[in-house]
Amino acid sequence: MKTLLFLLEKEFRQISRSKQMIPLLLIAPVIQLILLPLAANYTVKNISIAVVDNDHSTFSQKLINKITASGYFKLTGYTASYNESLTLVEQDKADLTLQIPMNFEKDLVRENAAKVFIAINAIEGTKANLGGAYLSSIISDFNSDIRTNWPANPATAEAPQVTVSSANWYNPFMNYNLYIVPAILVTLVTAMAAMQSAFNIVQEKENGTIEQINVTPIKKHIFILGKLIPFMVLAIFLFTIGLFISWLFYGIVPVGNMITLYGSLVVYLFAMLGMGLLISTYSSTQQQAMSLSFFFINIFNMLSGVFNSVDSMPKWAQTIVETFPPSHFIKIMRMVVLKGSGFSDVSYHLIAMFIIGMALNTWAILNYRKTTG
Amino acid sequence: MKELFVFIKKEFLQVFRDKQTLLMLFGLPIAQIVLFGFALSSEVKDSRIVVADYSKDVVTTQIISKISASKYFDIQQTLQSANELQTAFKKGTIKMAVIFPANFANDLQHTNKATIQVIADASDPNLATTITNYITQIINDYNTKSGIATGQPLQIIPEVQMLYNPELRGAPNFVPGVMALVLMLVCTMMTSVAIVKEKELGTMEILLVSPFKPIYIIIAKLTPNLLISVLNLFIILILSALFLDLQVKGSVLLLTFCSILFILTSLSIGLLLSINAQTQQAAMMASLMGMMLPTMLLTGFLFPIENMPIVMQWLANLVPSRWYFIIVKKVMLKGLGIGSVWKETLVLLGMCTMLFAISLKRFKIRLQ
Repeated sequence: MKTLLFLLEKEFRQISRSKQMIPLLLIAPVIQLILLPLAANYTVKNISIAVVDNDHSTFSQKLINKITASGYFKLTGYTASYNESLTLVEQDKADLTLQIPMNFEKDLVRENAAKVFIAINAIEGTKANLGGAYLSSIISDFNSDIRTNWPANPATAEAPQVTVSSANWYNPFMNYNLYIVPAILVTLVTAMAAMQSAFNIVQEKENGTIEQINVTPIKKHIFILGKLIPFMVLAIFLFTIGLFISWLFYGIVPVGNMITLYGSLVVYLFAMLGMGLLISTYSSTQQQAMSLSFFFINIFNMLSGVFNSVDSMPKWAQTIVETFPPSHFIKIMRMVVLKGSGFSDVSYHLIAMFIIGMALNTWAILNYRKTTG
Repeated sequence: MKELFVFIKKEFLQVFRDKQTLLMLFGLPIAQIVLFGFALSSEVKDSRIVVADYSKDVVTTQIISKISASKYFDIQQTLQSANELQTAFKKGTIKMAVIFPANFANDLQHTNKATIQVIADASDPNLATTITNYITQIINDYNTKSGIATGQPLQIIPEVQMLYNPELRGAPNFVPGVMALVLMLVCTMMTSVAIVKEKELGTMEILLVSPFKPIYIIIAKLTPNLLISVLNLFIILILSALFLDLQVKGSVLLLTFCSILFILTSLSIGLLLSINAQTQQAAMMASLMGMMLPTMLLTGFLFPIENMPIVMQWLANLVPSRWYFIIVKKVMLKGLGIGSVWKETLVLLGMCTMLFAISLKRFKIRLQ
């Protein structure tokens, strides 16, 4: 026990002595947490739309007015032909085009039905999805408007109309920050915890000081604990600062209790530090450790549901993502912070993280013995 | 000149000797392009929902079967009580509840109007908006069909067509994005340790007392990384053509030229970090912790830059991958020529020249 304390003292001194590391470890994440949610705002508005109005009628004018007045769409311009509007889409000047065909109003009145054509640039899928949905619902709104105001409308009374009333629980104002800030905090803590512990051990290897420790009576597990505990403490500290900043800048107060949150954090760090340790046993230079951790951290960031929905992925990919500790912890964070879920609600993710953590740590310790013993 | 080649040869030997890093350098972009290309998709489908039907009549049965037939929804179970709903939301097992009130059939019959209640878990706001819209569309569709059946007047029928990417695959958007992200980070990281490593191991002093010019040292350090990155670029392009069905529509020559420019810019950033860092650890942390998330977010492939606040748009303009992403999208996906990307190319050229000049200057100061 006493040896461990000495080792811890040494590690903390080393970390605090390095003048460049402290800003990188604590200040860089804090700045990112303050700024990046501003960039990660997916409120879909200002979708630019090009209109081809071949009808020039009262109805077509009214429809266009309704679309531009909705606040979601920004009119890029009118074009004379469908092909011209496609050119605008090609040049990224318009996200979608609406074509109102000739005789739109006439068909609508005489034939009781008329078509409009919508073409959406689908390269950015989410924007295309939401843009198309908004436009369709505006058109259908417009449709019932004109129908109610139609003087010669004998059928209105008889036609049954089903409407949808929707409620948004847990985030009634659809504030995207509530969703993204907790996840960005997890990403920052992950990068620090997993990578730093890996770099730190490999640094001793590269500088040759690990040999000195190997010949002392310090036991392997004490040495490992001495390396992991400081980063556990630093990560918890960073997490706490992060929660404070989310409150200060984004007004986010976790709905659930802190014990669930911190309990899950410790299990999560156990898994991620285990991963750092595992990476360090497979690397002999810091450069190797870095390329390995970059590989995993990048995959974690892209696939764990920080920015991209895991549910939209194919089944095989979802199975792979199940083995990523961050995907579980991000879910827990969002559940506890937004919905106030308790231990029993998040138990599945907790157990999953614990099992992954045990596997990683066992693997790392087995491998560690082999390489140094 | 001969010294330079000898030095470059030495750097190559060093790179090739470290098999593990080399494997990562090539494996990383390949694995990520393939993984992301197949896994990422923006299509929302099979969302788990519950349906509570307190009315149980012909219309509700029709609507429910419409919902369950749609690929967007996956009806989990029927709901018994309000408490159950709360628990299911808290556990995250469902995304939405669709409730038909008990008097639904009555209302529809007598007042010709009835309301379905939809409760979405808005902890993911985009998903909530999207699936609420899907439900509304299904209901509207039902109204339209029943309207046509009863001879409703003034029926507007929107016909929606998805251009360029009808299946809403993630690949067309993510491949250029991941290309920009991976090339930039790999180049920066690999270069960031190059010079600081010599400093840390003490071999820098030997280099400094030798007759090498500083520019030679820099060129020799950059050359292997440049070649590896260009090779990586071609591997990525071939893979996306073979597996992800994304061929380069425009000129390959133009794309290669712009890519080399972009790679050089990223290498220069790494160089600058390397010159300023005191330890390898600091250099790596700066290139990973400092650059990873900002690059990811400000490149523009996850979130549209035009939606960001002005300050963030300015910041995004400083990120080279943002410009490269635009170039790749235009040249690779849309097949446009130099005429539409010259502006972005000039920006990259300017960034590259400036970063390289600063590095060279700072390097000289260190020598004295």
